[in-house]
Amino acid sequence: MNFDFSDEQKQMRDEARKFLAEKCPPKAVRAVLDGNAPYDKELWKGLAEMGFLGIAIPEAFGGAGAGHLELCVIAEEMGRALAPVPFSSTVYLAAEALMIAGSDAQKQKWLPVIASGDAIGTLALFEGKGNPSPSAIKLSAVAGTLNGVKKPVPDGAIADFAIVAARTGSSGRDSDISLFLVDLKAGGVEVKSLTNIDPSRGQAELIFKNCKAEPLGAAGEGWGILTQVLDRAAVLLAFEQVGGSDRALEMGRDYALDRIAFGRPIGSFQAVKHLLADMYVSATLARSNCYYGAWALSTNASELPEAAAAARISATQAFQHCSKNNIQVHGGMGFTWEFDCHMYYRRANATALTLGSLSYWEDALIDHMRKRNAA
Amino acid sequence: MNFDDTPQEAAFRAEAKAWIGANAPKQYEEELRKSSLGRTALKNVNMLEVAKAWQKKKADAGWACLHWPKEYGGRGSSPIERVIWQQEEGPFGKLSGMFIIGHGMCGPTMMAFAGEEQKRKYLPPLAAGENVWCQLFSEPAGGSDVAGLRTRAEKKGDDWIINGQKIWTSGAHYSDYGILLTRTDPTVAKHKGLTMFFLDMKSPGVEVRPIKQASGQSDFNEVYFTDVVIPDSQRLGAVNDGWNVSLTTLMNERMSIGAGVSTGFPELFEFCSSLMLEDGPAIDDRGVRSKLANWAVKASGLKYTSMRAISALSKGDRPGPENSIGKLVAGSMIQDVAMYALDLQGAAGVLSGPEDAEVAGKFQAMLLRAPGTRVEGGTDEIMRNIIAERVLGLPGDIRVDKDVPFNKIPTKGRA
Ligand SMILES: Cc1cc2nc3c(=O)[nH]c(=O)nc-3n(C[C@H](O)[C@H](O)[C@H](O)COP(=O)(O)OP(=O)(O)OC[C@H]3O[C@@H](n4cnc5c(N)ncnc54)[C@H](O)[C@@H]3O)c2cc1C
Repeated sequence: MNFDFSDEQKQMRDEARKFLAEKCPPKAVRAVLDGNAPYDKELWKGLAEMGFLGIAIPEAFGGAGAGHLELCVIAEEMGRALAPVPFSSTVYLAAEALMIAGSDAQKQKWLPVIASGDAIGTLALFEGKGNPSPSAIKLSAVAGTLNGVKKPVPDGAIADFAIVAARTGSSGRDSDISLFLVDLKAGGVEVKSLTNIDPSRGQAELIFKNCKAEPLGAAGEGWGILTQVLDRAAVLLAFEQVGGSDRALEMGRDYALDRIAFGRPIGSFQAVKHLLADMYVSATLARSNCYYGAWALSTNASELPEAAAAARISATQAFQHCSKNNIQVHGGMGFTWEFDCHMYYRRANATALTLGSLSYWEDALIDHMRKRNAA
Repeated sequence: MNFDDTPQEAAFRAEAKAWIGANAPKQYEEELRKSSLGRTALKNVNMLEVAKAWQKKKADAGWACLHWPKEYGGRGSSPIERVIWQQEEGPFGKLSGMFIIGHGMCGPTMMAFAGEEQKRKYLPPLAAGENVWCQLFSEPAGGSDVAGLRTRAEKKGDDWIINGQKIWTSGAHYSDYGILLTRTDPTVAKHKGLTMFFLDMKSPGVEVRPIKQASGQSDFNEVYFTDVVIPDSQRLGAVNDGWNVSLTTLMNERMSIGAGVSTGFPELFEFCSSLMLEDGPAIDDRGVRSKLANWAVKASGLKYTSMRAISALSKGDRPGPENSIGKLVAGSMIQDVAMYALDLQGAAGVLSGPEDAEVAGKFQAMLLRAPGTRVEGGTDEIMRNIIAERVLGLPGDIRVDKDVPFNKIPTKGRA
């Protein structure tokens, strides 16, 4: 058994960590968080030059053609550094959707510019409250023309194109949903930035008014494609969450060793030690679930939907747990804007909701487990 | 990244599978498969005899204590082969419960500290399940704080005279031998005056009194020592170096990973899949699903954590303190799972008789056994200390008794 990343993959992780430590210090995250820039353009360019944006994109489409295990290790580092760039929307959502369902022409047009850092993509799925479901999609597509509103759309305000989930039928079945690709720079879409709990990654409202759009994938197959995209993105985002959990744990541990109270390091108080031990436990369980997700993703195993849901739930819980208790360990300092703790807390709670909330993934997990048990 | 065996591993697995297929006591397979934490595994037969017979059969064919050297009754296998064996042995491995302490802790301690002749004499019958061993560490005054023990050993000629009391000793009532930690010098700091021995449990002056547990069963005991004579040749390690010897024992406890710890989750999932609530099947209920999902990811997290540990073994790395999380997580999980399974049954959840209770009272038995899981082999709190100190590098607890002679340490919390 070799249930671990290879030495080359670990080397890539080290490389990414080093790169991000240098190019994406907390100061860079703050620049976006404080609203001085919509995202870190320098970092985005750097990531493209490192080949990280196209790491899982085939060489034929301008990528590195490495694979999804490699993307997982990069994702972990992006999460650890809280990289304030549209990585998840462009790479996990838009690029994956294109690779699953895009025509050759669509792939030729968009994948190379994703890999080179020249195009930002996103997925426009949600329409207000609620979790992913065919019935929640009201935006209509008639003869390739979209009308309706999407929000929140991750990185929607800076995206060059969006994959849009639209209603093309009224049968009440999943086959009512189709996907479209919209060039957001071509007009027909009004874009508004929305305030959100983690301004280091933006959210937007997209208003489609008689907007021309080209189909992505066959008509009526949108929901099937979407669930595949969501499963793949769930694994990748879970790696970001694990990276964030680990960093939050590390910050808490380091502070506990440095801060003195009652004449000794607070890390010698058992209540604090046990808090940190429990953070380690949740981060470790999440990491192990993520590895299983990575295996399923990279081998396109039939277990992927179940593995993705498990990774997603476990990593969401771990990041929330570690980031909130990191603040607790830091005491009053942890509640200041000046300390970085809140950036992890914000990211943890925003990420928890970006692909549908925990309850959506809980339902999905139980459904998949039932199916497997019945088989 | 893959779950595949190497060619050598695959060959070993095939050999093990074939042998188990041809030799395992199949008549008990069904019962063993169904049994879970807290339930006596076999009805109407003497479990000890069945277990001993299976162990002997394995030993005769060279499948006992796989990682031990051949000359001491083992097979000289790699750690990964041991894991493969456990996977293939499956439910029949549950028969080895009463040998865990002997094979996992006493044997390795003997191997590290006993003389060559003694090893050849005592280890093969231990491996073959002919002799059962127990671990005589805990005392009323020394559980988590093992070094607080008071059982005295005094030198008299070539012998040692033992007086005192042990407690919580699993299996002492059917054990043939035990390893025993004693105090040999009460005038020095507590860790510095301990000495380890092994002894014949049938020695004159050894009295074993089973304790009725909270679960209603009696797996552990009090053991009294009155002028018990142990020859100096049965000392393990140097005089007053018993603390270091015991650390070897405790470290070996953690090495016995592989088979995976029970979480109660598969049982709960199955139960919820068939249970009907007022509004329909339990598994269709939003609240039930949420609880199940939370436990599902804990169970799978543990499973894949152990796969990562096995992969490390497969590469030749040793498991470290990070493996403490299995017992820590599973212990409270199984307790919560059992409580929830009872809760779902409403008023009837209180019934524990196999005829009246759902799933033959499995969850009730789990509930009553679980508190012990969180205490034995180191409590939850001690496990958290281990993670905090050895994995995360946080400072050790402040020990006010560290440099105090043992006989000057207070013995009661409240005056
Ligand atoms: C089913 C079972 C089987 C057992 N089998 C054996 C056996 O075969 N051989 C043997 O030698 N022993 C055996 N034991 C004993 C077991 O190892 C001890 O019970 C255990 O280590 C706890 O010690 P204690 O019972 O003295 O509790 P205590 O040490 O008195 O603990 C009481 C409480 O205080 C907490 N506590 C104590 N010290 C600390 C600390 N430093 N930090 C934080 N909290 C602390 C504990 O976590 C616990 O909650 C068995 C126990 C059980 C339940």
